[in-house]
Amino acid sequence: MGCSMNEGELRRLLAEVKAGGLSRRVFLRRMAAVGLTAPMATQLLAYSGVAMAQSASTYKPTKRGGGGLLKILWWQGPTLLNPHFAVGTKDQDGSRIFYEPLAGWDPEGNLQPVLAAEIPSRENGGLAADGKSVVWKLKQGVTWHDGKPFTADDVVFNWQYATDPATAAVTIGSYKDVKVEKVDDYTVKLLFDKPTPFWANAFVGAQGMIIPKHLFEPYIGAKSREAPTNLKPVGTGPYKFKDFKPGDTVSGEINPNYHMPNRPYFDAIEMKGGGDAVSAARAVLQTGEYDFAWNLQVEDEVLSRLEKTGKGKVVIAESGNIEHIQLNSCDPWTEVDGERASLKTKHPILSDPAVRQALALLVDKGSVEKFIYGRTGPATPNFVNNPKRFRSSNIKDEFNVDKAAELLEKAGWKKGGDGIREKDGKKLKFVFQTSINQPRQKTQAIVKQACQKAGIDIELKAVTASVFFSSDVANPDTYPHFYCDLQMYTTTQGQPDPGLFMNQFCSWEAATKANKWQGRNITRWQNEEYDKVYRESENELDPVKRAALLIRTNDLVVSNQVVIPVVMRPVVVARANKLQASVSGWDNNTWDLQNWFKEA
Amino acid sequence: MSRQYLIRRLLIAIPSLLGISVVLFCVLALAPGDPFGELVTNPAIPPEVAAALRAKFGLDDPVWTRYVHWLMAMLQGDWGFSFVSRMNVDKLILQRLPTTLVVIGAAQLLAIVVALPVGVLAATRPYSVFDQVANTLAFIGFSLPTFFTGLLLILVFSIKLDWLPFVFRDDINATGLQWLWEQVKQSIMPVTVLGLFQGASLVRFVRSAVLDVVRLDYVTTARSKGIGEGKVVVKHVVRTALIPVVTLVALQMPIVFGGAIVTEQIFRIPGIGSLLISSILANDTPVVMGVTFVFACLVVLFNLIADVLYAWLDPRIAFR
Repeated sequence: MGCSMNEGELRRLLAEVKAGGLSRRVFLRRMAAVGLTAPMATQLLAYSGVAMAQSASTYKPTKRGGGGLLKILWWQGPTLLNPHFAVGTKDQDGSRIFYEPLAGWDPEGNLQPVLAAEIPSRENGGLAADGKSVVWKLKQGVTWHDGKPFTADDVVFNWQYATDPATAAVTIGSYKDVKVEKVDDYTVKLLFDKPTPFWANAFVGAQGMIIPKHLFEPYIGAKSREAPTNLKPVGTGPYKFKDFKPGDTVSGEINPNYHMPNRPYFDAIEMKGGGDAVSAARAVLQTGEYDFAWNLQVEDEVLSRLEKTGKGKVVIAESGNIEHIQLNSCDPWTEVDGERASLKTKHPILSDPAVRQALALLVDKGSVEKFIYGRTGPATPNFVNNPKRFRSSNIKDEFNVDKAAELLEKAGWKKGGDGIREKDGKKLKFVFQTSINQPRQKTQAIVKQACQKAGIDIELKAVTASVFFSSDVANPDTYPHFYCDLQMYTTTQGQPDPGLFMNQFCSWEAATKANKWQGRNITRWQNEEYDKVYRESENELDPVKRAALLIRTNDLVVSNQVVIPVVMRPVVVARANKLQASVSGWDNNTWDLQNWFKEA
Repeated sequence: MSRQYLIRRLLIAIPSLLGISVVLFCVLALAPGDPFGELVTNPAIPPEVAAALRAKFGLDDPVWTRYVHWLMAMLQGDWGFSFVSRMNVDKLILQRLPTTLVVIGAAQLLAIVVALPVGVLAATRPYSVFDQVANTLAFIGFSLPTFFTGLLLILVFSIKLDWLPFVFRDDINATGLQWLWEQVKQSIMPVTVLGLFQGASLVRFVRSAVLDVVRLDYVTTARSKGIGEGKVVVKHVVRTALIPVVTLVALQMPIVFGGAIVTEQIFRIPGIGSLLISSILANDTPVVMGVTFVFACLVVLFNLIADVLYAWLDPRIAFR
C-alpha cells in the first residue's frame, strides 16, 4: 500500500476529533497529507458523527439592499436559464442568480445550507448508518419569486423531472441512482440502492438547483422545451428575474422576500456576456467598469500586469481540474477491425515500463509552472488534486534528464547515428497531440526539448479545440479516439468526490469503436488490480476504508505512468477591490451570491 | 417602373437563396465540432444523455434529411430551434436585430455625413493640399481593419484616458437624457470604427464621381451663365454625380454587416453579428443557418434596391 496512513490511525484521529481533542482544521490537514480531498475528509467527519463546519459569516451589511447595481462579466454569457439544461458552467452560474440548491460547497469543501434547514449528519439523524438513505430537512417559510411556498413537493418534483429521459436534462447523472420520497411538507428522504458514501450529490451544488413544481409540472418529459419559465426563471434566489438575452445579458432585481436576513446587498444585478477573457480581465482590473469577471484563462503574466493598476484583484480558488499527459496503452498505428488503438493491441514502445518512467522524468513541470501558467497552474505530482495543503505526499516528482537516459540505456534503448534511441529496430519516436492553445503548445515544446536531450524524438501535433474536444465519431483527431502516442488536456473533476472521477481508468470504461468512443477510459489502460481496488471502493460502506482505496487508485495511476500529471488548473476570477465574494472550486462561481457585498 | 421587372427579379432571388442555403448547410455539416461536445467531457453526465440529446435534435440523421427538414420548416416560417439556448431561432434573431440596425444605421449615417462634403470638396479642388490629405487619410482608413482600429480606440479612450466604456450594455438603467447620454457614450467608439471604415472608401468614390462630372460641358455652360460656384456644385454637379454613389451605398450594405460582426465582438454589442460568432463557436447549426440566411437575404435585397434606385434616378436606364 502506497498510503502512509493506515486505517487504524484514521479511526483514532476521527475518534479524537469527535472527543474534541483534535481540531477539524488539524484533522483536515492530516487527511491532506494522505491525499484526501477536503470534501471527502469532511464527509468522513460527517459519517463519523462530527457535524460539518459552518464557516463564520463575514457578511457585514445590516440591511437588505442599498448596494446599487452589481455588474459581473462572463466572457461567454449564459445561453439558457433552466439549471437542468445547463450545459456549461456559464449556464449554471446564470441560473444560480435565481435558483438555489439545498446546499452549496464552500471553498474548503464544506457543505453550507441554502434551502436546507441543516446539513444531514449522523448526529441529527439525517444520515443512515447503512449509508443507504439521507434525510434532508428543508428551510421553512421560503417562497418562490411568485409568492408560492417552497415545499418538499418541489424537491421531489425535481427528481422526477430530471430522471425522465424524455426531459433530456443534463442533470440526470446526479439523480438517476437515487429515489426521493416526501416525508412531510418540509422533509425529504433520499434512498440509494447501495451504500453511497458520497451522498451529497442530488440537490446539492451546481447540479442541484431546484425549479418550482407549480410552473414546470405541465412541461415534464418531451414538452420540456416549451415551458415559458425556461426563459423567465422563477426561483427562490436573492434576485428576481428581470431580463434575459441569450449569450448577452442576464439581469435581475432584488428579491424583497429573500429567505436570508439582510440579504442581498445589491439592488440589482447584471451579468454581461461576450467578448474575450483578456478584455474581461481588463474591464475589472484596469478600468473598473465591472465588479467581477469569470474564468480568466489568461496568462498569469498578463493578469499580473493588469493587476498593477490597482482597481481589482485576481482571486484563485483550488479545484480538482488537472492538466495532464496521457500515455496510450494500445497501438495507435495499427488498425484492427476498423479501429486504431484497439484493445486487442499493445503499444509497441510505451508498453516498456522503462520508457514510461523515462517520460515521467522528462516532463519539467517546474518550468511549465514558472514560465507558462504561474499562479494559474501550480505543478503537481498527483492526478487527484485538492487545495494545496491537502496534497498527498506519497508520490515524489522529479525532473532528471540524465536519470531518464540511464534508465533507457539500461533497458536496451541505444542511441543511433541520428541521436535517437532504438531497440530491436524500433525507434523511440512519439507523436504528442493537444488542442491549439498557446500555453499547451509551449508546454509541448518544453517536453520535446527534454526528450530530445534524452534521445527521444517527439513529433508535436496541435488540433483545433473544437475538433479535439468534440464527440464526433467520424473524426480521428478527437481526444477520445486518442490516435497517437501521447496527448495532453485538462480533465475536470466537477464533483467534489474522486469516486466518479477515478472511473476513467477502469477497464470497462475503455473508449472504443464499439461504444462510439464514449467510454471514459481514454488511455485504455487495463489493470486488474486497479479494477479490483476501484470496485472495492464502490462497494465499500466504511468511508475510512473507501478513502484509503481511492488514494490507492491515484497512486496506481501515477506510479504506473498511465498519465503524467502536469499542473493543476484552479478557478481564476477577478474582482473589484471593494467587492467581497467567496469563490469555490467545488461549486458555481455564483454559489455564494447572496453574501456578496461591497466594503464601504 | 415596371412591376414585371420587380417580380422577375424577386423570382430570380429564390433559386439564389436556395443555392446559398444548400451551400451553407453543407459547409456547416462538414465542419468539425458538435453542439454537445461539452457534455461528453463532463464526467457527471452519462454518455446516454448526450446520445439521447443528439437523437432528440436529429444530429445523427444524414445531412440531406436534416437539410430537407430545415427547409420544410423554414418554408412554413419555422426558423428552427437553438440547440444551445433551447429557444426559437427567429426569437433570438429578432431580439438582437434592432441593436445591429441602430449601430449600423448610425455608422452608415456617419460615413455619408463625413464622406460627402470631403469627397466633393476634394474633387472640386483636385490635387490641392486638402485633396492630398483627404486621399491619404481615406487610404489609411480603409486599409486598417476594424478589429485593429477598435482595439486602438479602446486602448486610447478607455484604458489610457478612461473617457468611454468599452463594454456595450443593452440594459442601461436610466431614463431620459441620462439614458441618451450613456447610450451615446457607449456607441461612440463602435460607430466611429465602423463609420470611418465605410466613409474612407466612400470618400474616394464621391471624389471620382464628382471629378467625372465637374469637367463636363454642361457644367462649364452653367458657370458661363454666371451662376455662383456654390450653386453650380450643389445644383448641377453633385446631383448628377451622386447617382452612382447612391447605388454604391446600397451595394455596400452587406459589407457593413460583415464589418459589424467583428465590431460587435470587440465591443460586446448584443447584435446578430456576435450571435453568429458565438453560435459558430458552439456549433449551434440552426442559429448559424438563421443568421447567415438573414445576411444572404439582405445581400439579395440590397442588390435589388441598388438596381431599382439606379434606374429610378437615371431615366436613361430602362428596365428589361
